[in-house]
Amino acid sequence: MDEMLPPPSPQEQESRLEQERVSRRTFLMWVGVGLNAVVALAIATPVIGYLLGPVTRSNEYRHWIEIGSVDDFHPGETKLITYRNPFSNPWDGETANIPAYVRRSTDGFTVFAINCAHLGCPVRWFSESQLFMCPCHGGVYYSDGSRAAGPPERGLFTYEKKIENGKLMIEAGQMPTLSNKASNSPCPGAQPAPESASLVTRITPCPGTNAPTIG
Amino acid sequence: MPWYKRTYDWIERRVQLEGFVKESALHNVPTSTASWWYVFGSASLVLLILQIVTGIMLALIYVPSAGQAWNSLEIMNHHLPLGWFLRAMHGWGSNFMVAVVLVHMAQVFLFGAYKFPRELTWLLGVFMLLMTLGMAFTGQVLRFDQDAYWGLGIGASIAGRIPLVGGQVVHLMLGGPIISGATLTRFFALHVFVIPGALLAFTGLHVWLVLKLGVNEWPVPGRLVRRETYIKEYNELAHKGIPFVPGAVWKDLVFSAAILFAVAFCAAVFGPYGPTGTPDPTIIQTVPKPDFFFLWIYSVLSFLPPAMETPFLLIVPPIAIAILLALPFVAGIGEKSWWRRPVAVFSLMLIAVSWGVFTHLATYTPWSPHMEAWSGAAVPVKDIIHTTPLERQGANVFQEKQCRNCHSIGGLGGERGPALDNVATNLTEDQLYRQVLQGGGNMPAYGNALNPSETTALIRFLETLRPNYEPAAADASRGVAQTGTIPPNSTTRAGQGQHKVE
Repeated sequence: MDEMLPPPSPQEQESRLEQERVSRRTFLMWVGVGLNAVVALAIATPVIGYLLGPVTRSNEYRHWIEIGSVDDFHPGETKLITYRNPFSNPWDGETANIPAYVRRSTDGFTVFAINCAHLGCPVRWFSESQLFMCPCHGGVYYSDGSRAAGPPERGLFTYEKKIENGKLMIEAGQMPTLSNKASNSPCPGAQPAPESASLVTRITPCPGTNAPTIG
Repeated sequence: MPWYKRTYDWIERRVQLEGFVKESALHNVPTSTASWWYVFGSASLVLLILQIVTGIMLALIYVPSAGQAWNSLEIMNHHLPLGWFLRAMHGWGSNFMVAVVLVHMAQVFLFGAYKFPRELTWLLGVFMLLMTLGMAFTGQVLRFDQDAYWGLGIGASIAGRIPLVGGQVVHLMLGGPIISGATLTRFFALHVFVIPGALLAFTGLHVWLVLKLGVNEWPVPGRLVRRETYIKEYNELAHKGIPFVPGAVWKDLVFSAAILFAVAFCAAVFGPYGPTGTPDPTIIQTVPKPDFFFLWIYSVLSFLPPAMETPFLLIVPPIAIAILLALPFVAGIGEKSWWRRPVAVFSLMLIAVSWGVFTHLATYTPWSPHMEAWSGAAVPVKDIIHTTPLERQGANVFQEKQCRNCHSIGGLGGERGPALDNVATNLTEDQLYRQVLQGGGNMPAYGNALNPSETTALIRFLETLRPNYEPAAADASRGVAQTGTIPPNSTTRAGQGQHKVE
């Protein structure tokens, strides 16, 4: 160890730095730093696009798919169906199979998302009491999807649907949350009201149902 | 000179770490810090190392693919020698790590160790706590079972509440429009690369600061922290103290061994966590629940009024983190002893008790309907013996219409609504009809789900629910209407407590 050269003392280092403060070497060092910054920026900018890939495609996550023939559903019945998510990869496995509820009433078809409007847990349909119940925090919905009890601040999410050539089709693709298109019509059958983004949501009962109390 | 000594010298001549290591190990610490209260930091570090080692072991087998992750865990559990044990070590190591980190933080808070000059150490610690919780959550996702799938759904639903950019945040979090393979791979990257990398870097800096600033001395009431004098006072305490090795380190070592043994013991006795059912969203017969250290959030989310939920979820966590970060700057000097910091002590107690209560509530989720109670929980014999056929039919309706999912009788059934063992002593016939048909008080209206004969039968049954021959609830005005007279001894007749109207 003894034969090793001692490192320059802090004073020596300081004075050397002082000599080099304005010099060609210092200038070239900063040129090097600048070059790296430019190259890093040039490389990183497109990579941000890579990272944000799932976001920018947001508008494309909607696709009409067929979920069955109209005759498969009987009037007055609410039926659990599953469909294959139209935006799936081979390695998604079972996660690409998405359940939903189809209700056929005298007014026509309503297709409910499986996800509770509170925090997305799977609601279960009880045909005897005509209620959807959520196992997580006790959200309950009536057969038309409107909120009956518990913490949800709105009714069940519904899919856009249409009937073509006797086939029932829904616009599927994304998980419904309070912030995407699925949240637009809180009352089934009601015209979607233009909603402004607000932190506090006022709860208004759907027409024709009892004013639910806040639980 | 023996060969190993020569090898050591050969290496040391090149890496030159001996001086630094010796200095770090032998530096003096205040005698009072050689305490069993000071072992939680080192135990957290030991658990972090354990998690890294067991995590690498799991990564040898684990397949981060939505279609195969669950199968690879099953193979580890059942087909590989000691695969189950390594999974259990990693799972229990995670629980112990969160617990020990929380205890460490509580101790640091109570001992005033976040005060000058250790503010930055505390700040790093707050971020390390968040990363530890982040590891626990992402780890639960990697288990990729039903709980993981619906836990992600809850996370996405919370993210979806963010105003304006909520939808984008959800897609960023899930790696696409919905929970899928892309979700698992990005949580894999977070759990295996991003968070551990940051956590290791922060841990290095955290330990470096402990070495540079010294271990916090045992707080003594009346010995105030002043920016001008603290360093000098501390150095005097340390100078009179003992070398860290072996004076203080032996307790760290003993405790670390105890913690490692406890992890292995729990792993061996209780086994690995899950995986529970396959991550197939079409299997909706599931009751998702988060892991132990997130149960309290699960509870809180069930108690918030709907209109409060979004503001609470979006505003409270940032405020809580801001308070933790601001702590050393607001209370950076002054008294360190808990004997003179009642607000600190009671805050900690309040947090601990609230956390305990919420966690306990989440173990039996009284707010959730019991989905199988209507078909699984029998009506107690005592409630249908000596009843009329109509009343028995009412008991049938009571079960069939899922009333039992929210209302218990005989101690079985849901706890969302009140137990109905003595409902007839509380509600009159009219009130029962009204409550059943119109709902209210967080009960759905059953008017559309019951026909008149079912309703009659149900109410007849409910009217029998008054144990020990307690009198049924009665509406006083009904008696008046039927007899046409006011009952004797009535306050109305005597006019007691009423002003005479001229």
